Amino acid sequence: MVNEAAFHPWDDPDATPLIRIEGVTKTFGDFTAIDDVSLSIYGQEFFALLGPSGCGKTTLMRMLAGFETPSAGRITIDGTDMAGVPPNKRAVNMMFQSYALFPHLSVWDNIAFGLKRDGLDRDLVGARVDEMLKLTQLGKLARRKPHQLSGGQRQRVALARAMAKGPKLLLLDEPLGALDKKLRQETQFELMDIQEKTGTTFVIVTHDQEEAMTVASRVAVMDQGRFMQVDTPDRIYEAPNSVYVADFIGDVNLVPARVRQLRDAVMLDWAEGKRFFAKPVGDLTVGQEVTLAIRPEKIAISREVPEEPNRVKGKILDIGYLGNLSTYHVELPEGPVIKCEVGNRSRLSRRDFSWDDEVWLSWSDTAGLVLSS
Amino acid sequence: MNRLSWFNVVSLTLGFAFLYIPMVILVIFSFNESKLVTVWAGFSTKWYGEVIRNEAFLDAAWVTLRVAFFSATIATVLGTMAAYAMMRRGAFVGRTLFSGMIYAPLVMPEVITGLSLLLLFIAIGLDRGVLTIILAHTTFAMCYVSVVVSSRLVSFDNSLEEAALDLGCTRFQAFMSVTLPIIAPAVIAGWLLAFTLSLDDLVIASFTAGPSATTLPIKIFSSVRLGVSPEINALSTIIIGIVTVGVLVASVLSKRQIAQARRDEAMADQAEG
Ligand SMILES: Nc1ncnc2c1ncn2[C@@H]1O[C@H](COP(=O)(O)OP(=O)(O)OP(=O)(O)O)[C@@H](O)[C@H]1O
Ligand SMILES: [Mg+2]
Repeated sequence: MVNEAAFHPWDDPDATPLIRIEGVTKTFGDFTAIDDVSLSIYGQEFFALLGPSGCGKTTLMRMLAGFETPSAGRITIDGTDMAGVPPNKRAVNMMFQSYALFPHLSVWDNIAFGLKRDGLDRDLVGARVDEMLKLTQLGKLARRKPHQLSGGQRQRVALARAMAKGPKLLLLDEPLGALDKKLRQETQFELMDIQEKTGTTFVIVTHDQEEAMTVASRVAVMDQGRFMQVDTPDRIYEAPNSVYVADFIGDVNLVPARVRQLRDAVMLDWAEGKRFFAKPVGDLTVGQEVTLAIRPEKIAISREVPEEPNRVKGKILDIGYLGNLSTYHVELPEGPVIKCEVGNRSRLSRRDFSWDDEVWLSWSDTAGLVLSS
Repeated sequence: MNRLSWFNVVSLTLGFAFLYIPMVILVIFSFNESKLVTVWAGFSTKWYGEVIRNEAFLDAAWVTLRVAFFSATIATVLGTMAAYAMMRRGAFVGRTLFSGMIYAPLVMPEVITGLSLLLLFIAIGLDRGVLTIILAHTTFAMCYVSVVVSSRLVSFDNSLEEAALDLGCTRFQAFMSVTLPIIAPAVIAGWLLAFTLSLDDLVIASFTAGPSATTLPIKIFSSVRLGVSPEINALSTIIIGIVTVGVLVASVLSKRQIAQARRDEAMADQAEG
């Protein structure tokens, strides 16, 4: 994140990607798990795969690690075609979703396993394992067997084991799911730190959008074996290319509408005689059916009539207090319910709004996006 | 705890009596002073002394032990390899046929197995002796080993082996350093089973044994035809003792293995939850 502004190899036509996935398809019987996917991942990237359960994230990882062979297409790592290269010959390590810790070995031996395979000197192995134990805060548990550990501790052992060999590419399949929020955040920063120090490229699968947003240089949103959008976290959030992505990442209000006029801002009809103005995404034609997407935090709520051209009046249906912010569900007379989020600056002061209050919602011309798919 | 009803008590008693009275009688009469097998004349361990001094018995016992050890060992290696190949993910062509064929000898009448092996040995001109008995016992014990080992492999988490590959092992190294240690109890139980089966076997051994080598069961069987002596009782008691120990160890090991499998499952559940 620190070098965010400077690190944009995907925009540089001369940059050579570390991983090149070209037209890869993976089928199991007649089920297509990965459907003609192409992607380049650059050295030192922190690449996040995001998507609903069963969309093919693990399958893609397993192809990179060498446990599955693509049914079609090509994967190259560092310029070498990976077809026929077995997992033990790839400079890739994977942290398994199920951890796959060796039950007959202690934590220490689990972490040392890969290092010993390299024929490393005993002292070096010991030093490296200790380093990993310290990093994952497992020092006190080094002698335990996996079945004597808690879920989060096992997860950290799996992480330490995968990182121990210092691979060129590290694949993490939901590495932090079982950790509590604090430890997860610490580990996230730790991962970013390691990445900065070692220059390892990370591909990480996560269900947690916040995590993807925090750690990733780029995010791929997947659905049914396909990439819906591959972009930087801020662009995925602020400029989703489809209703699917907008809906998958964060909260969003989706209002069906029809294009009325194309200017700098598109004029939309969304109900009888009601207009909104918004930013277009892609090519639009007058009369086209589209969806207007607005993030809840971009909407202001007030009692007085606002200045903005995008304004609607409605009645508060529901109020949610989330500590740092409050959400209001406002029902419009035309039908849709709009969600809006307001930060709680002062400590439980007077409640500005309550149930059934008539309020105005408003947002700027650039806050909403017009999505055609 | 549920109390046993009188019906359960009676059926248990009858069942166990049916199973064990013959053996108990054998064991009791092995300590009989008299030479007459059916007349009790007081306690004595002299027949055990006789057994130990009987060269023919000792020779046969030595042959039996060697045969059991080597055939169990070879059968364990081959049976484990077969089970492992069967359980590999990704079916290969004819897998069902293969696994059916591995288990077929389990239900094949021993006489047929013995006869076919005899014909084979004659055809290839192999002199019958210790080697042929070892080969014959390996053949049938292998199926038992592969049954025991594959039942363990069913619950073996394949991703453990993948993790080993990922960390730089070849397939063989992954098997030796991860899979084998984890399934070791099943492999040992398989070995013990093969060992006991070989100790017990009479039918196949009598087809494949030659004049140069006789196993203990054959020896006992042929001496009994000349009349039962207390010496045979003593010898049989010793064998019962050895087999019992073997079975006990095997069952303790497989119990442990089940407990381990449960722990692994609990661990997997927790990992998911
Ligand atoms: N060996 C296999 N044989 C058949 N189908 C498979 C196999 N492996 C995966 N699949 C199917 O492929 C699809 C994608 O699986 P995958 O494990 O990649 O999902 P995922 O995105 O990792 O999901 P999750 O978030 O739940 O881990 C699923 O529908 C799954 O059932
Ligand atoms: Mg998965």
